[in-house]
Amino acid sequence: MDFSNFLLMRQEIFLLAIILVLIIAEMFMPRKKKGSIVHLSIFLFGIHTVAGFLGIHESSMFGGMFRTNGLIHFFKNLLDVGVLIILLQSADWLQEKIVPQDNVAEYLILLFSSLLGLYFMISAGDFLMFYLGLELSSLPIAALAAYETAKRKSSEAGIKFILSAALASGISLFGISLLYATSGSIYFDDLLVLITSSRLSILGMILFFAGLAFKISLVPFHFWTADVYEGAPIGIASYLSVISKGAAAFILLILLFTILKPLMHVWENIVYGIAIATMFIGNLFALRQKNMKRFLAFSSIAQAGFILLGLIVGNQLGMATVIYFVLVYVFSNLAAFGVVQAISLRTGKEHMNDYEGLYRTNPNLSLVLMLGLFSLAGIPPLAGFFGKFFLFTAAASEGYYLLVFLAVVNVTISLYYYLLVVRAMFLRKSDRPIPFFKNGIYMRLGLIIAVLGILILGFYGPLYDYIYELSGSFNY
Amino acid sequence: MDILSLFIIVPLLTILVLVFSKGLNQARLISMIGGVIQFGMALNLVAAYFNERTSNNDIMVFTRDIVWFKQFNIHYTIGVDGISVALLLLTSIVVLAGVFISWKIHDLPKEFFISLIVLSIGVYGFFISLNLFTMFVFFEIAVIPMYLLIGIWGSGPKEYSAMKLTLMLMGASAVLLVGILGIYFNSNADGGPLTFNIMEIAKVNIPYEAQRLFFPLTFIGFAVIGALFPFHTWSPDGHASAPTAVSMLHAGVLMKLGGYGVFRVAMYLLPQGALHWSWFFIILSAIGVIYGAFSAVKQTDLKYINAYSSVSHLGLVLFALLMFNKTAWNGAILQSLSHGFMTALFFALIGMIYERTHTRDVTKLGGLLKVIPFISVIYVITGLASLGLPGFSGFVAEMNIFVGAFQHDTMFYRIATIISISAIVVTAVYILRVVAIMLMGPVKNEEFLGVHQVTWYEKMGIFLLLIPIVGIGIAPLWLSDMILKSLGPFIQGVL
Repeated sequence: MDFSNFLLMRQEIFLLAIILVLIIAEMFMPRKKKGSIVHLSIFLFGIHTVAGFLGIHESSMFGGMFRTNGLIHFFKNLLDVGVLIILLQSADWLQEKIVPQDNVAEYLILLFSSLLGLYFMISAGDFLMFYLGLELSSLPIAALAAYETAKRKSSEAGIKFILSAALASGISLFGISLLYATSGSIYFDDLLVLITSSRLSILGMILFFAGLAFKISLVPFHFWTADVYEGAPIGIASYLSVISKGAAAFILLILLFTILKPLMHVWENIVYGIAIATMFIGNLFALRQKNMKRFLAFSSIAQAGFILLGLIVGNQLGMATVIYFVLVYVFSNLAAFGVVQAISLRTGKEHMNDYEGLYRTNPNLSLVLMLGLFSLAGIPPLAGFFGKFFLFTAAASEGYYLLVFLAVVNVTISLYYYLLVVRAMFLRKSDRPIPFFKNGIYMRLGLIIAVLGILILGFYGPLYDYIYELSGSFNY
Repeated sequence: MDILSLFIIVPLLTILVLVFSKGLNQARLISMIGGVIQFGMALNLVAAYFNERTSNNDIMVFTRDIVWFKQFNIHYTIGVDGISVALLLLTSIVVLAGVFISWKIHDLPKEFFISLIVLSIGVYGFFISLNLFTMFVFFEIAVIPMYLLIGIWGSGPKEYSAMKLTLMLMGASAVLLVGILGIYFNSNADGGPLTFNIMEIAKVNIPYEAQRLFFPLTFIGFAVIGALFPFHTWSPDGHASAPTAVSMLHAGVLMKLGGYGVFRVAMYLLPQGALHWSWFFIILSAIGVIYGAFSAVKQTDLKYINAYSSVSHLGLVLFALLMFNKTAWNGAILQSLSHGFMTALFFALIGMIYERTHTRDVTKLGGLLKVIPFISVIYVITGLASLGLPGFSGFVAEMNIFVGAFQHDTMFYRIATIISISAIVVTAVYILRVVAIMLMGPVKNEEFLGVHQVTWYEKMGIFLLLIPIVGIGIAPLWLSDMILKSLGPFIQGVL
């Protein structure tokens, strides 16, 4: 056997190595020095992220179970960058709030395992690998959501997540089995030709879609989202909102655009309806939220609705615009989550009214949050504008003008509630504002990376062209 | 660096310096220097433009094109003709005057000037763009700072006004976005590539069906910011709550984006759609003209009076644009310019009066001519210019508009024109009434006697705006020459 083939999996292997190192460190490190595990893991994961940018060639292994190409590789790097930002932003929280510090290693091991699951999920070449990845990515999250054992809400979040996730993956699995029953194969390469448009396979496709829709928190599979985001540690909420959502959207795109393409006449209608429902319900529910975590949860549901505008197109343009949107979304959302986390950590406040007068005491944090929210709302020249504009362009290219119109109506609605936060921070004055505080170096770094992404990405045109080129890796 | 991109870069540098400044003194000094440089650049641009015109007969001059997103054929395309040069000059003057008027802003001065300059970047960028994409980007950049400017430094129901203004304008830009995408995806109708470039799309025959569908979207998208009835409601509230300098920029410059966008994009690129829909929008804009004038009569708050007067005057701009002839269009552009100077000056004066008397209610004011003669005299002059007295810019503009409008000899156009003309009479009513109540007569309140006289920075702001008003009125030819020459290619494109 030629072991050079394993280089295809080098990101997975490296990540696994980090997990093993953490396990060993957890066992043998003296109790007093356990705090440095955070530094160690950020260091290792930083190397992993940077090393990930080395090129990779397109191939598959294990008889087609595992495959990779330029686009998948790019997306893994995107996930890495996102997780790195999340790690930086949670570092202070990990060091200060988790007692005993032994548990920090467990937290990180679980988080990395989930990421490993996502790697396998998007690299999957057949449904078996896909399903394994899906499970591996979901299960650790349930434990992580319940990690703040002292809080009741955290346990509730964990239980809610595991129940919904189990149901969703069960439904997905049932859909996969129906697809297998009608076509006789679980390998994506075979399915390209074997897939039939019989009623049974349509049912299978819908069930499979529902399972992933849960992970992306599309309406009507979104009910878990707000409660879990509210109860889980903020680092996990941001992981759910960008990393696992982005990866699920990505694999959904690949499968719908390739093997399920013959059923496009069915799924484009479903996607059309769900897109409208998701945007409206996400936005309208976000209007009334006062807890910042719940607020961001509904905002992220609405953002998922926008992703569907690229999905409905079903070609290279749609793929490229969605990837670009997710890329931008990672930075924007993490900027917002980062500030919420910093404030929650230092003052324990998560209510929108607590943010009143924030600009006068903590101008930098307010600016970061404002930039993040404006980018989410799609205000130029911030990166979020370009992400949204391209999605709308993609949808309009296939003549979905009505859908684009409804989407821009939603952009305006969303602007209203993003402005509510800006209003609290900038316009209002408070008798008891959040006092000034200094952030740790990691938090600052995490916020700076996110803000740089928001400010710069849109101006660098070749990046989108590069993504578009990579999107040609698949045959649509 | 080309002469036009400097209009983006100089304000950006000003902001960069402002970020590191401390206190009111530094902030206003830096903003003033930046404003003076921009003003100088605008004057230089006018000179350079006339110079370039002697040898260059292209529709647009000083063009520049940089690829931005190759895949979508999105470029950063800039260039100007006489119309945009004139509007750039207007912008630079109003911005500089705005800085002078805000000389004493105490609350968060640095942030105030930064937001003001961000707004001006949006406006400058909008006027130099020759690309639908960049135009749209700058349009939104110009709108968003208004939220903070009104919300933080405003007065009265500022949160409500700021939110209303932002949402209505952003909603309009959302509609506009659909229109722009519609134009983009029809720009290959003649077999060429898809493009956002305005000058290239103008050469394409966009199918009639598409024009009919996308013209209203594009028109409304732009016209909302030009206070088209019934989408004007953001404007009076926004004006009334905004701080003085922001009202000036808002009425003087920001609302001009509407007429300019309608002219440059909606009518130029979708001429058949424009002809198809013109009757409908003529009715709306004529209603706006007359409705704005009558509303102004009923108001007692000075800012509301001028806000409704803006609705009326800018309705006239849209009305003139829909007349499809050179004279009326010339009038529309002149009206944009003259209204820009006039309203900015009006709001500046109102700000000064309010600062001294602490009220904007006309009924509570009286005899100001005895107390603050300088400001009062200027107020009278501006008022006369606003009601279209010959010798001022307003007369030249309105004359052109109505002469142009009367060139149509069908009954519909005649009636619409007569209705719009009658608004001039109403304008005289609300302006002279204010002059009579507020400036003449005995001093109503003893406290007014102690107010301080006009300061040097206020005088700077006043003269910056007053000189062009009188200048255009006395010597309109160089300006209308510049505009008329640029209108030529457009009128050919549309008809």
